[in-house]
Amino acid sequence: MNDMTQPDFDKPRVVGQRTPRIDGEFKLTGRAGYTGELHVDGMLYGYPVPATIANGVLESLDLDAARAMPGVVDIFHHGHFEALHRSPNSMAHGDMVNEVRLPFEDERIYYHGQYVALVVAETFEQARAAAQRVVARYREERGAVVGLLQTDAEGTLQESAGSSRGDPEAAFGGAEVKVDSTYHIAAESHLQMEMHATLAEWRDAGKRLVVHESTQGVFFQRNAMARVFGLAQENLEVISHYIGSGFGNKLFMWPHSVATAVAARMTGRPVKVVLPRQQDMTGGGNRPASRQRIRLGADRSGKLTSVIHDSTTETSLVHQYVDTCGSATPSFYACDNVSTSQRVLEVNHGTPCPMRAPGEVSGIFALETAMDELAVELGMDPVELRLKNNAEQDPASGLPWSSKHLDECLTSAARRFGWEQRNPAIGSMRDGDEIIGYGMASCTWSAGRQPCEARVELRADGSLFAACGTQDIGTGTYTIVAQAVAELTGAELSRIEVKLGETSLPAGPLSGGSMATATVLPAVAAAARDALDALKEVAVGSGGAFEGSDADSLSAQAGGLTDGKRRVSFEEILGTSKLSSVNGQGSAAPGSERSEYAFRSFGAHFVEVRIDPEISRVRVARVVSSIDIGRAINPPTARNQVEGGIVMGVGMGLLEKLDYDPRDARLINANVADYIVPTHADAPEIDVELLDYPDFKHNEFGGRGVGEIGLTGVAPAISNALYHATGKRHRDLPITIEALLASS
Amino acid sequence: MRTFAYSRADSVDHAAHRTMPDAAFVAGGTTLLDLIKLDVLKPENVVDINALPLKRVERLDDGRLRIGALVTNTDLAHHPEVKSHYPVLSEALLAGASTQLRNMATTAGNVMQRTRCPYYRDPAARCNRREPGSGCDAMDGINRMHAVLGGSDACIAVHPSDMCVGIAAIGATLTLQGPDGEREVDFADFHRLPGDTPHIEHDLANGELITAITLDAPLENARSHYLKLRDRASYEFALASCAAQVVLDGDTIREARLALGGVATKPWRCSDAEAALVGQSADKASFERAADIALKDAQAREHNGYKIPLARQAIVRALRNAARGETPASETQESQA
Repeated sequence: MNDMTQPDFDKPRVVGQRTPRIDGEFKLTGRAGYTGELHVDGMLYGYPVPATIANGVLESLDLDAARAMPGVVDIFHHGHFEALHRSPNSMAHGDMVNEVRLPFEDERIYYHGQYVALVVAETFEQARAAAQRVVARYREERGAVVGLLQTDAEGTLQESAGSSRGDPEAAFGGAEVKVDSTYHIAAESHLQMEMHATLAEWRDAGKRLVVHESTQGVFFQRNAMARVFGLAQENLEVISHYIGSGFGNKLFMWPHSVATAVAARMTGRPVKVVLPRQQDMTGGGNRPASRQRIRLGADRSGKLTSVIHDSTTETSLVHQYVDTCGSATPSFYACDNVSTSQRVLEVNHGTPCPMRAPGEVSGIFALETAMDELAVELGMDPVELRLKNNAEQDPASGLPWSSKHLDECLTSAARRFGWEQRNPAIGSMRDGDEIIGYGMASCTWSAGRQPCEARVELRADGSLFAACGTQDIGTGTYTIVAQAVAELTGAELSRIEVKLGETSLPAGPLSGGSMATATVLPAVAAAARDALDALKEVAVGSGGAFEGSDADSLSAQAGGLTDGKRRVSFEEILGTSKLSSVNGQGSAAPGSERSEYAFRSFGAHFVEVRIDPEISRVRVARVVSSIDIGRAINPPTARNQVEGGIVMGVGMGLLEKLDYDPRDARLINANVADYIVPTHADAPEIDVELLDYPDFKHNEFGGRGVGEIGLTGVAPAISNALYHATGKRHRDLPITIEALLASS
Repeated sequence: MRTFAYSRADSVDHAAHRTMPDAAFVAGGTTLLDLIKLDVLKPENVVDINALPLKRVERLDDGRLRIGALVTNTDLAHHPEVKSHYPVLSEALLAGASTQLRNMATTAGNVMQRTRCPYYRDPAARCNRREPGSGCDAMDGINRMHAVLGGSDACIAVHPSDMCVGIAAIGATLTLQGPDGEREVDFADFHRLPGDTPHIEHDLANGELITAITLDAPLENARSHYLKLRDRASYEFALASCAAQVVLDGDTIREARLALGGVATKPWRCSDAEAALVGQSADKASFERAADIALKDAQAREHNGYKIPLARQAIVRALRNAARGETPASETQESQA
């Protein structure tokens, strides 16, 4: 790792500048190949047959009609499938999966949509038609657990997911002002644009497996598949060049990938499976429903004396997933007495998984709504309450923050929003038929970093090449890698080619947890420096462009090297020395700074809602946000992440809810017409400010990551604004028309 | 997809004389193809009628407006005759679906639109409409979207069209061409209540084709409004909608037309409420009384009870806006989303 405060990054030339996506042209012209549209010769199509019950036993499968359908090659199911090994499912070893149960492992049905067969045929339409002819007979059992919000069951305590400091119970008991509220959030779907897709091909007489997958983690999928299939990692390649988003449900492998690879091996031909939307929603991940109780104690001045945050979330019967709602709570506010606890309840749903700001976005809804309730109890402005309890250092670890500017986020966003014009009296602000409500909430997300490797090549044709086995899930990773290379080398962006999304490349991180930027760029920078060092050696060597000079006297400038007197381009240096390229390897990892500082981003959302009570219509009219993410490497794509998070927050607050039938736990609204998300017409006027305080303690580029923070805090700001408009406190999400009617 | 025989009809007679078993006409395909892919509809013969000369909109001598079956929702919504004489229909059309769907969907196809009941669309669920006698999973299931008017013990599925609500408030006649010739049916009688036979959705015999919809002559000096209430601002079926037309004499209501969508098993004309409005002053009390009359027979299941007060709100507001002859900006920005 090079000097983290070297002058390069104080006044960067490319980093931090508005940079068009380098892959934009490929996407606009349709040349960006997404997994679902790939085609290889001889390829077959698979279509899973989903269970139509959520709890019971698969008694029999009648396959005769399906087998007789045109184009059908084979139908896989329990009893006609390979014996495999479950992945150890370890985060530390990089083989975590989203569902440990292997496809067709037994005949028990644990959730609606669980695969009972996979039909493989010559065309997609043939596979689907035949899948519809498979007759599955079930013995349905009563007692399906429909969901956390439909039961009083408490779930199982997860000791490792809780925390405690001070004596929160005693402090709450003696608090001058108290809030004690319970919050419920319905299960949500990721509803990423591109459904899960796998294309599996066995090569070298079945010794090597090549998998194209729409994934946020090619290395995780490779490692997991290697364990499942008992293959050496080098005999497995996972490729994911373009991903139509994931929001967390493509971090880890799902059973459809395993089923596809088995089908490819057993048919001896490549097989592609693209999950239909219904199956993507039943078995491709969801944000689990949550039930949370928050207890806040404060003194009369508004100083928090106790925070107790107890949460329960759902998991499935086949996989343990813990959506830790309280993980931000210990770090959120300066308070000596804080505890969090987490329980999980097994329900008959497809396995939940991380979804954008997993756990914390739910937890922050509860905490930031409770803070608004506390502000009301205190008769205090909610912004003032938050400023008063601002944590100057991380109260969870006791470490100083690497860089924190929440106070500025709060005051800046409040100013731009016009918060001072808010009349705090309920329902006091009107415009025609509408009541206007102003609400706000803080937001936060941790700033993590992982080890990473990268490679940078300088080529004799004048091009530069950078590679890393991470992914661009649509957020702009390709572009920021090119920006980093351009920054280090001075080369033009148009000359830089970036390759991501292959396990044949140097090991890169998951595209998740808002960690990819801070993880990947330092490794790319190290590789670029390594390549420049190699080029300098070439240049000063015998017959080189700077023969006889001291390599240390050379520096990169505008795609060439200079000794201060003259500049020679990279291609000329390589040409002079008759080399086709030089290569740089780089690696970077978090270091001792992780034990010296606490790393977390903060921000604030201010929301204007408009409710027309006589027609029960609520719309979010305006959102003004200030977010401190360190330096934005590419401001437009960074801002776009926050804007997208805000729109997603409107969905979480007002619209989104997976509906499970109360009788049998079947998912009823598994399509994009009945599961409603915001449309363009629902998107509010959005004003996002990204504060520009580079966090050089986090990494030399100063960026902390931005994928998730924008979503946190939006839903509570909406519910708080609704309270201001109507005086009704909404503690359950989504806030439906029914809830509005009930309160009118 | 199930295989089916596909053919193109090159004349109305030709199309109407094809009394094939399990045949379906396809125009825009926005309902049919969707339901075929879901394995809900299983036609063995699909007759493409897009080449038929049914794309004209013409004003008849008696003042009525004859709309060809294949006129798209988009074209109809923006047609000058519709915009100037039947604005409530234009508003209803534009409140429906999305731009892309409206570009494909046709007038007659929209009349024939199937319900969005999730149990109807799921072959694994019980549904009397899809499979007569199999039962109704919506009755005690997730029935938030379901009807509070016109339902039966067999079916409470909503007729999802916005366009049809506008037409119901205008009045219209359907022209049907069948193997035995042409006949006309009052629009109000075309859609059937589910009763014991929810699978019989309309008064259309095998082989019959809707060739035109003729709107009644416009109400003289009417003011109107279509109000659609839904969870989000666009691209969602109505939770409750109301098409209202009023003719005022000063503050007194001389004539009224009222129809509801999103709450009933067919496009729901509220004749009793209309009659109760006539002679009343155009004020909130009158509108609320009319709403109470329109909803007096409403029956809720577990999750759709909110639709009764919501429909009441839709009626009162639609009448208010119609009577005022203006719609507040806060509503118009969504009316065409």
